[in-house]
Amino acid sequence: MARIGVFICHCGENISATVDCAKVAETIGKLRHVVLSTEYKYMCSDPGQTLIKDAIKEYNLTGVVVSACSPRMHEPTFRRACAEAGLNPYMCEMANLREHCSWVHEKNDITTEKAIDIVRTQVEKVKLNYALQPIKVPVTRRALVIGGGIAGIQAALDIANTGHRVVMVERSPSIGGHMSQLSETFPTLDCSQCILTPRMVEVAQHPNITLYTYAEVESVEGFIGNFKVKIRKKAKSLDEKICTGCGLCTTKCPQKKIPNEFEQGMGNRPAIYIPFPQAVPNKPVIDRENCTYYIKGKCKVCEIVCPTKAIRFDQPDEILDLDIGAIVIATGFDVKHADFFPEYGYGKYKDVIDGLQFERLASASGPTSGAILRPSDGQVPKNIVFVACAGSRDPAKGIEYCSKICCMYTAKHAMLYKHKVHEGKAYIFYMDIRAAGKNYEEFVRRAIEEDHVEYVRGRISTIYEKNGKLIVKGADTLLGGQPVEVEADMVVLATAGVANSGAEELAQKLHVSYDSHKFFAEAHPKLKPVETNTAGIFLAGACQNPKDIPDSVSQASGAAVKVAGLFSQDELTREPLVAQVNRMAPPLYSTCVGCFLCQPVCPYQAIEREEFKARDGKLIKAVAKINEGLCQGCGTCVALCRSKSIDLHGYSNQQVYAEVMALLNEY
Amino acid sequence: MKTGIYPGCSLNGSARDYNESVFALAEAFGLELEQVSDWNCCGATAAHNLNKDLSLALPARILALAEKNGMDEIIVPCAACYNRLTLTQTELRKDPELRNHVSGIIEMDYKGTSGIINVIEWIDKYITPNLEGRIVIPYAHKVACYYGCLLVRPHKVLNYDRPEDPQSMDLVMSKIGAEPIYYPFKTECCGAGLSISRTDIVSKLSGKIIEDAESRGAEAIIVACPMCHSNLDMRRNDINKYWGKEFKIPVIFITQAIGHAIGLTDKKIGLKRHFVDVKIS
Amino acid sequence: MSDFEPKIVAFVCNWCTYAGADLTGTSRIKYSPNVKIIRFPCTGRIDFMLLLKAFANGADGIIVSGCHPNDCHYTSGNFHAKRRWIMFRELMEFMGIDTNRITFSWVSAAEGAKWAEVVNTTSARIKELGPYVSYKELVNRSIEEEV
Repeated sequence: MARIGVFICHCGENISATVDCAKVAETIGKLRHVVLSTEYKYMCSDPGQTLIKDAIKEYNLTGVVVSACSPRMHEPTFRRACAEAGLNPYMCEMANLREHCSWVHEKNDITTEKAIDIVRTQVEKVKLNYALQPIKVPVTRRALVIGGGIAGIQAALDIANTGHRVVMVERSPSIGGHMSQLSETFPTLDCSQCILTPRMVEVAQHPNITLYTYAEVESVEGFIGNFKVKIRKKAKSLDEKICTGCGLCTTKCPQKKIPNEFEQGMGNRPAIYIPFPQAVPNKPVIDRENCTYYIKGKCKVCEIVCPTKAIRFDQPDEILDLDIGAIVIATGFDVKHADFFPEYGYGKYKDVIDGLQFERLASASGPTSGAILRPSDGQVPKNIVFVACAGSRDPAKGIEYCSKICCMYTAKHAMLYKHKVHEGKAYIFYMDIRAAGKNYEEFVRRAIEEDHVEYVRGRISTIYEKNGKLIVKGADTLLGGQPVEVEADMVVLATAGVANSGAEELAQKLHVSYDSHKFFAEAHPKLKPVETNTAGIFLAGACQNPKDIPDSVSQASGAAVKVAGLFSQDELTREPLVAQVNRMAPPLYSTCVGCFLCQPVCPYQAIEREEFKARDGKLIKAVAKINEGLCQGCGTCVALCRSKSIDLHGYSNQQVYAEVMALLNEY
Repeated sequence: MKTGIYPGCSLNGSARDYNESVFALAEAFGLELEQVSDWNCCGATAAHNLNKDLSLALPARILALAEKNGMDEIIVPCAACYNRLTLTQTELRKDPELRNHVSGIIEMDYKGTSGIINVIEWIDKYITPNLEGRIVIPYAHKVACYYGCLLVRPHKVLNYDRPEDPQSMDLVMSKIGAEPIYYPFKTECCGAGLSISRTDIVSKLSGKIIEDAESRGAEAIIVACPMCHSNLDMRRNDINKYWGKEFKIPVIFITQAIGHAIGLTDKKIGLKRHFVDVKIS
Repeated sequence: MSDFEPKIVAFVCNWCTYAGADLTGTSRIKYSPNVKIIRFPCTGRIDFMLLLKAFANGADGIIVSGCHPNDCHYTSGNFHAKRRWIMFRELMEFMGIDTNRITFSWVSAAEGAKWAEVVNTTSARIKELGPYVSYKELVNRSIEEEV
């Protein structure tokens, strides 16, 4: 038999000024199963809580209704008090007499009547409450970092330095990402490789980090603290343990005409290759799609020249199964290439390049050893035009957002050009200069004032070739929209930053949401920028939206702290307010009919299939089952279930119907 | 499927050659084309700058007439008319209140059931699929297809071809044996609306297009808009005077090019009406 | 009917509208006292049979309110509620239930004033419509007939 105690708070005068608390207590005290109905000035104060605790023991209460402020305010307080008195905390409910009654209505009988209704509703609900135990989930203290660019590197190092193990997966043969391709970095103009390579080496040598390059995530299952991850290690076609990285094979490979990805297609590489001299690990892989042996069945020059006999042509891909506790996504971004722009010649003109290609041209280790030369004929361009916002902020191109990094790197590019070609003329066509960041605006001013870069505010309508020159047509909107035409030798498009290829596929594997541009979505745009909607999966760097290096690094460290915080616990405790599919004795097993319509509506992929089988292995029935680790308790499946087989703890069907009845009927 | 045609003012005036070639093609391929009865001006150039109600009511009346005539779709060869009609249809489709208002002005019920197609869509739909075996004189020349502004823009409304470097005419021309060149002036301004008031600007702008096409080796400029045609063809003397050059490149309607390729006579497709002589070998 | 005080039940989600109604209180914005709130984790949890139950038990009007589209604490629960509402409304209209008595709205945790407005306009509308007896009578009669 239920024994309910009701505690009505005056909240000083906040409630009692408009609600006749004594009358509420008196009326509620007459309800069935209510053994105590009392009032007090401040229920949340120490004496108030003591009053509740003592009453639980004295009256042997099975349920408590605290009629006070909003449960969003003090529910945890009163549930804790109940727990301290030995009552299951989920046997306590709150009636919101302050925010939803006394503060919003005048003092009169109707307000008091409403207060009585509100309390009665909760009394009827709490009679149907049942004890719940917090859900405990163990934690595997090993993190997976997907992507080995600067964000991934920073996250991996920060996690590893807290003493936890990290697995890093990078799909290309070397870590380093886009940052390793950059020439110099704004706003300090220090060399990108010089600051990055020590970090890359640190990752390779860190005792807590296991590095898998040329590898991809195959599948992810499970939930926070308990992910099961499959990783495909693509065959490098050589034995890494034996290979010394001498590079002889890469010089002897007869196939040398493959566009070099690292050089953005502005140079060639052999079929067996190390992506760049500072690569980590510094060992080659065979690109099977372009290798003569894999195409024609003969060649094997690399095998013949290899001094340690490390080449393994028949090496298979390897699948690794890993237990992972937390995941950091750091898969970075890509840029739109010049072939995206019909008005700029669809990439037909060799001397219209994108920003990343310019980085390689300006890089001391690039295809021209740092000399700014036209790709078409190797001449030094006398007039160079930089086009900011190529694609970005252009709804007609389907890219409404600002790519954020282009204003700064375009200023940097123009500066680098002027430092190398003193007599040259550099134009930048821009919409706005967005230089918000430490020392950023000063950097842009330097480009304008010291390096005399010509900034023209206006967009470029078209670029075409005429008599060996690139005609760049635009408008100067600061001169009243005057048409401007520049005869350029070379054009650099600051093309929009876009989601990396494969981002959508990865998001689906990880059950992480992404936006319409395929960038990964954060759990909250302001207060949870590092978390995803899936517990235990975090974001770092430009996979979320285009970001510069300082932002990527900061976010990576933020993600690392989230992971470390998660790993600081032995097990995770979760509120038990989750859904449950009923179970009963065979042969019914459950009223669930196994339609699984609940599966697609669940935002958390928390609904699994449970099969009941006979001894001979024959399937008797398949029914839905909720994974308590994944369920967040939204209850969408409950409302959807056609056979009413799912219920939600804390908001069960019985409870909510009881609430509706209690609200409308007088007892 | 009943296909109507809305000629607009120019097809009965400066672009009679265009009109003749469209009907010649229709006849050659056995296609019925019925003119929208009692049609009126589409309001191009002036109306949409002066009076919004008028700019919608004029095309709406044409469309309502087409509906009344039981036409499932109307072909609108003039790019300006095509643009006005499509814009009106889009606006009235998304705003029922406006549609009622305009219906009140034209004193006719407008439902928005007739489709609107431009001449290239008409060719793609009814002619190119039946071209096989019909080509007697392959059009073996380098051509510069000139789209102008109104055929592909605004993309959001017309949703036809791509607004930068469009391809639909190039594809049709390559099917009759031509070699379309890549050139950057496909959608550059020809001076269009200033055709009467500021012929000097027309000379400058149209000249640029002609100069570029010629310099890249094109032997003809192919158009699908009467305004483009008159600026590039009829104004050629002015253009040559302005530029101090003797541009000779002919300007041919795409329907004429196809007509010629299937062996129709020059007279039938109106080739004799041009200001710049056309000699297709 | 001027002294008629309708009974209105509000089914709201915990994260947006319940918090929004809390804000109405914190901001001391007064509203009509004939609306009483029942809290759900998410509008996605709201089984529309509850609406019928409420009418059968004498509710004169109903408010269903949750997070704005794309703001759902659970990503998509409010979209499911919206779709369910679209389907259910048609069904109810077919059954002859007066769907003017149901307000479906989005009120965020920051829209205290909007909550008061939703309550007041709904309350005023229901007052005009008068007590909803026909459905209750229908239910009672069918129960009697069964008995």
